[in-house]
Amino acid sequence: MSRLSTVLARLLGDTEADKVVPRSGLALWLTVFTAAAMAFLSVLALAMSLATARLADRWSGAFEGRATILISAAPEAMGVQAQRVLDILAVTPGVASAHVVDQGEMRRLLAPWFGARTPIESLPVPQLIDVEETPAGFDAAGLALRLAAEVPDAHLDDHQRWRKPLVQAAARIRLVSVLSLILIGGATAAMLTLAALASLASHARVIAVLKLIGARDAYIARAFVRRFTLRSLIGAGLGTSAGMIALATLPGASAPGGLLTGLGFSGLQWLWPLAIPPLAAIIGFWVTRTAALHRLRRGE
Amino acid sequence: MIGFDNVAHDFGSGALLSELTLELTAGSFHFLTGPSGAGKSTFLKLCYGELTPTSGTVSFLGRNIAGMNRDELALMRRDIGVVHQDCQFLDHLTLAENVALPLAVSGRRIDPGELAELLGWVGLSNQAQALPPTLSGGERQRGALARAVIMSPRILLADEPSGNLDHDLSMRLLTLLVELNRLGTTVMIATHDLALIRAAKTQVSARVMRIKDRRLHPAGADL
Repeated sequence: MSRLSTVLARLLGDTEADKVVPRSGLALWLTVFTAAAMAFLSVLALAMSLATARLADRWSGAFEGRATILISAAPEAMGVQAQRVLDILAVTPGVASAHVVDQGEMRRLLAPWFGARTPIESLPVPQLIDVEETPAGFDAAGLALRLAAEVPDAHLDDHQRWRKPLVQAAARIRLVSVLSLILIGGATAAMLTLAALASLASHARVIAVLKLIGARDAYIARAFVRRFTLRSLIGAGLGTSAGMIALATLPGASAPGGLLTGLGFSGLQWLWPLAIPPLAAIIGFWVTRTAALHRLRRGE
Repeated sequence: MIGFDNVAHDFGSGALLSELTLELTAGSFHFLTGPSGAGKSTFLKLCYGELTPTSGTVSFLGRNIAGMNRDELALMRRDIGVVHQDCQFLDHLTLAENVALPLAVSGRRIDPGELAELLGWVGLSNQAQALPPTLSGGERQRGALARAVIMSPRILLADEPSGNLDHDLSMRLLTLLVELNRLGTTVMIATHDLALIRAAKTQVSARVMRIKDRRLHPAGADL
């Protein structure tokens, strides 16, 4: 407990030292607003990062360990070719099981595009064979060559063709989100530094008086550190709350809406944004202290 | 206590002070006089380390001030009380808070009884909660004196302390400074108020120096 109070005292500064610097209303609200805006954007960037991570996991996990063989042959040859493919798969190392997709399953697959009452029987759809791999997997290139040689109307689709770019895109979006978070943190630090330097400049007379009566640089810095730390904490708290409320009002992942749904947090991920206000306070503490000590040592 | 050894100072546009050699001994009382712009304030700033000499050495208790780090400089200033002509108060704090500020800055406990006694000594008991802008010139000067002595400094430097005061208030301030000196505090007053100097010499053994042609000279017989 005493260690916690020491850390808090260090972070929040000296209330006595804080009193020696007069309050300036506009600068106060501008700093709070800046911290709030940055925290709001941080929540969105964090949500984007976590959501794309979930999407990447979902997409890379989808059809993981499965492949599909499509047979586009004349209807009368379809059954023979399907059996030939099943025979080949039965002796292919790495194939755990394989089965022909029946008409009921095919209807379910096509229902989102053609509706549930589509007469599948009358459509020229290919025959599908669903293949389940063993954990070791099979040699897709070798199987494709053998199919081409023995069942020319059969085509192997291991889903890599569409799955890989989606996973790559999700990873890129995640990287951009993380970079955004870093940029937001940097911009917050830069703006707080400017605000702290402006405050130091506008209170040059106060600093001169404090130096005259024997105040150490650390004491003078504390007079500014406390208020900027608190402003950052309060602003970031407001911005984070607003960001979380905004995300909570977005449609959930289960709602129809495609990829744009489910961009909020999920489960325990809602705890992540709670780290933003303390981080903002730490940034406020650190940049104000550094700026103040730097300026005091330069004798300004 | 404070020693000047062949000190010179210039602001780049030419020498302002040169060949200053002087020792302010413990318990002594000094006046520094000279025309405006002669370098009186610069001399005082050299004493408390706000300015660094261009050449020569200014020492406090035997230590070269120029060789002190920033923390040592701050600690030294707690031993030196300074009263400026413009008082340099923080206008958003009450007079009592301003007077007690050196204690707060040094982390010492503020004893309300002692603070009240000090304000009583300078005749400001009734103004303790007043803000500095509401005080008269004399009250501000006495408040500045109270702030300068609250840390019981070894030396008190006053820069034109009577500059904004009428004769009666100047004499009242002088009485306080003489009382301090009798209690053992070294006092150095920079002023061009010759009446103040003459009045002081009737109460205390004061050494009077004049800055003339950038150098320190003993004052003439008129003082």
